[in-house]
Amino acid sequence: MKFYPMIPYILCLILFFVGLYGLIVKKNLLKIIISFIIMDNALNLFFIVLGYKKDASFPVFLKNRMSSSISMVDPVPQALVLTSIVIGLSVTILMVAVALRIYEKYRTFDITEIKNLKG
Amino acid sequence: MIISLFIILPLATVFINSIIGRFVNKFSDVFVNIVNFILVVLSFISLYQLNTYYNKIFVYQVGGWAIPYGISIVMDHLTVFMLIVVNIVAFLVGLYSISYMERYTEKWGFYSLFELMLAGMNGVIISGDLFNIFVFLEIASIASYALVAFGTERDELEAAFKYIVLSSISTGLILLAIALTYGYTSTLNLADIAKTIQSSDNLLVKIIIFLFILGFGIKAAVVPLHWWLPDAHPSAPAPISAMLSGVLIKTLGVYLIIRVIFNVFPLYPKLLTIILFLGILSMLVGVILALYQWDYKRLLAYHSISQVGYMLLGIGLGTPLGILGGIFHLLNHSIFKSLLFLTSGALEYNFATRDLRNYFYVSKTMRNTTFSATVGSLSIAGVPPFNGFWSKLLIIIACIESKNIFAGLVAIVVSILTLASFLKVLKYGFYKENNELMEYKSKPEILNKSEVPFLMRFSMITLAFLCIILGVLLYPEIREVFLSKAVEIIYQGGLYKEFILK
Repeated sequence: MKFYPMIPYILCLILFFVGLYGLIVKKNLLKIIISFIIMDNALNLFFIVLGYKKDASFPVFLKNRMSSSISMVDPVPQALVLTSIVIGLSVTILMVAVALRIYEKYRTFDITEIKNLKG
Repeated sequence: MIISLFIILPLATVFINSIIGRFVNKFSDVFVNIVNFILVVLSFISLYQLNTYYNKIFVYQVGGWAIPYGISIVMDHLTVFMLIVVNIVAFLVGLYSISYMERYTEKWGFYSLFELMLAGMNGVIISGDLFNIFVFLEIASIASYALVAFGTERDELEAAFKYIVLSSISTGLILLAIALTYGYTSTLNLADIAKTIQSSDNLLVKIIIFLFILGFGIKAAVVPLHWWLPDAHPSAPAPISAMLSGVLIKTLGVYLIIRVIFNVFPLYPKLLTIILFLGILSMLVGVILALYQWDYKRLLAYHSISQVGYMLLGIGLGTPLGILGGIFHLLNHSIFKSLLFLTSGALEYNFATRDLRNYFYVSKTMRNTTFSATVGSLSIAGVPPFNGFWSKLLIIIACIESKNIFAGLVAIVVSILTLASFLKVLKYGFYKENNELMEYKSKPEILNKSEVPFLMRFSMITLAFLCIILGVLLYPEIREVFLSKAVEIIYQGGLYKEFILK
């Protein structure tokens, strides 16, 4: 296995772990939300890279390109990513809504000061 | 097709209820509970059909596309088993919420989210496609995030945020595993993946299985990843705690672990040992943390962690008897844990506190609640003849049969510690000594507490009745139609892909 064609995958994984790191380590609610967005988008990119083929075109059959000799990129990951983007968006919205409500109650975004629950 | 109604009905209810329930008073109470009742009936009809018409499995291809391309919806005995568990608990909890949720505003919103969560869980159970499972898993999870934060007070919001963050780590790992699976096999259908991946020698397959176990393990609150659960489950309204602890962690966690390990990826013994070890760790840590809790719901939440450990222990043994014990304990736990959370809701309804030390005269004034809590406590502690006893007995016998004496000993010790913890609950929460009560005789408002409304009592008594009789399921002829075939699907993992791809 050559290293060079693996570079996009490895970059996506690095981006994913950057997001995961932020999600676990950061103390600010907004930074946590941003880390989540980074992680989610890294996964979406990873999916798109999986379906990519060199010199291939978009996966749509048109009248003048019905022949099977044209190579196309894999359409399945693109369909999956559309769904995944919508899911990520709704989770982000919910996180922001909860974070705003937390700010109303506690007047801070710092999670070290938000600790009613323990034990 | 009956099987697709399990997604269509709750999803349609969400839309209709959100439009009409907002304006028409009492509409959502009636409508949602009728739909839940229909779902219970449908799940029994599908069990009947599976045993009579279809030979062991029924596959419905969405849109008529052939197997590797379309989304398949699969009905086998494990699916029907889970559907019956989830829908029975959801129906009884829905009835309970009619009276309980009067304390909150926007009841229609509660019912819409409730049905959305139910649709997500049913979807996870019946779908036979990896990405479809992910989508429904996210639907159920997003609905549960909103439901945990439903009270919008300080504790609820904090617990909800923790829950969202940890849960999104879990779904991120699951999505990464799905992407790697797709990259490796170029298919998303579970049976097709099982056909493509023949051996687990490949490093990538091991990484995929590890990521799946990690992701589903967070959802199931297995011990190193458990710390969100004791915050999230008690903070939700009591019916939702019952749903989350009763069925959500099992559907999104334990059921998917079973599916992925036994049916999709090639099984190798080391993996079962890991599951066994995680189960033992969860049992011990959960019950030890539960021992010194005074918050009733928090105590129950820690016991959920410990009882999930029992299921994983049974499944991790890998023998037919162990698997039977594991999934029978899954059924029993969803019955008695939702019952116990409903009793905690009844106490909170009357006393407005969750601290066990602040409950007085419960056994005198709330007889039905006390009866159901007693039955539930004895069931979870494994006292014969209640249902928890039979499944724990099966698991312990299976441990000894497969020469895992240590695991069997741990199971017995944890059972004793559970009994101790629930004796504390019964003594301080329900049956207080008279001399401790003397000082409260001067406060008449405590003595005037009455029993909770009829529908709440009805749900609790029904669940308590189920706790008493469910041992019957082990009677050989009943076991043949219901439990044994689900065990067969799990134990002979290869059958799944052969039946679907035949």
